[in-house]
Amino acid sequence: MAKKVHVTMTVNGQQVEGLVEPRTLLVHFIRENLQLTGTHIGCETTHCGACTVDLDGMSVKSCTMFAVQAEGANILTIEGMANPDGTLSALQEGFRMMHGLQCGFCTPGMIMRAHRLLQENRNPTEEQIRFGISGNLCRCTGYQNIVKAIQYAAAKMNGVEFKEAAE
Amino acid sequence: MIPGPFEYHRPTTVADAVKLLSTYGDDARALAGGQSLIPMMKLRLATPEHLVDLRDVKELKGVSQEGDHIVIGPMTTQHELLMSDLIAKSLPILQETALTVSDPQVRYCGTIGGNVANGDPGNDMPALMMTLGAIYRLEGMEEGREVPAREFYQGAYFTALEPGEMLTGIAIPIPPAGHGYAYEKLKRKIGDYATAAAAVVLTMSGGKVASCSIGLTNLSETPLLAEAAAQLVVGTTLDDETLKRAAAAAEAIMSPAADGRGPVEYRKHAGGVMVARALKRAASRAG
Repeated sequence: MAKKVHVTMTVNGQQVEGLVEPRTLLVHFIRENLQLTGTHIGCETTHCGACTVDLDGMSVKSCTMFAVQAEGANILTIEGMANPDGTLSALQEGFRMMHGLQCGFCTPGMIMRAHRLLQENRNPTEEQIRFGISGNLCRCTGYQNIVKAIQYAAAKMNGVEFKEAAE
Repeated sequence: MIPGPFEYHRPTTVADAVKLLSTYGDDARALAGGQSLIPMMKLRLATPEHLVDLRDVKELKGVSQEGDHIVIGPMTTQHELLMSDLIAKSLPILQETALTVSDPQVRYCGTIGGNVANGDPGNDMPALMMTLGAIYRLEGMEEGREVPAREFYQGAYFTALEPGEMLTGIAIPIPPAGHGYAYEKLKRKIGDYATAAAAVVLTMSGGKVASCSIGLTNLSETPLLAEAAAQLVVGTTLDDETLKRAAAAAEAIMSPAADGRGPVEYRKHAGGVMVARALKRAASRAG
């Protein structure tokens, strides 16, 4: 076994540290060492996006990064998404109000990806949303309501009323 | 899926990285964005004992203009290429191609250096680099050398890189103002490698093609330069008959594998279609 390495990073505003084998994937460090199990492991092959976290302003598939690579990084996971007073953030509210989830397995990854998308583009078109979440798979919803959930959140963040496009 | 054990190194200079890579030779791999290497390690198709992470080597990042070339640091991510005004202005085909590479998350991490140096025939950037006449700067323990992209690819995952060497720069001649370009990629879904893809850069003069180069992705063990097809369209107006002949000339050098993307005949046919489409779209953009 290779020598363990000491890692420190900031996760959801908290400084965390651990001793890991270099081969430990970031998602395993988050789920097993930090016990933050909201970040899911889906395909393990960089396809499904269920393990997406926000890392230094990027959406990253945490199954395709070693924990040692995240040394010094600032990470946000689904556990850090609620408002400071514990109420749901605009995106979380959007997924709830628009029925943006069924089984919920893809939801943490979807929300983390949508979070970065809306940080980069406050008012995305439907096409930009669909392209923006193209690295996240959902096998339940058919994506319609996920797109609506993100549109709902964008409207709320921009302080305008959300109007569903006519079907 | 857990990768095999390895020792992790994080050098901060090219000199230190090269030293590590030469010390450990075949037992070491350079880690760029990791979006190809880590999945390979999880499948144990790659089992390096030493991983040399290049993320702290600052001199390997960034896009700049040096004379009539754009020089790209290999650790520049696909996302950074998409955000670069200099690339948008000088090499728009690089952005069109980057947008077809995998998905947003992979583009935040995946680097152009990893994409071109890995030697994966499925990667999109190698054929584009051949089309553009890019030059790769390689550094090792001995004096550095420059290798044209057109001479770099030797087989699937085999390149001109020697053990202990690494890619430290990509220099791309800036195509003339008014050039036309297109990257046409057929894929089954977002994130997939190309069933067939073609890159075209051309110039037009008086309604006729003045110069042209064509690259092909995932249609052989290496990326291909379709020289005969490119030669054939020069001096023409890209009429339907010429497009057909160019597609056929390109198909003649393709030798794709039969896989989940389709049988050999289908992939060659699709390759020809991509060539014709890319030629047409490139011409429509030339001015």
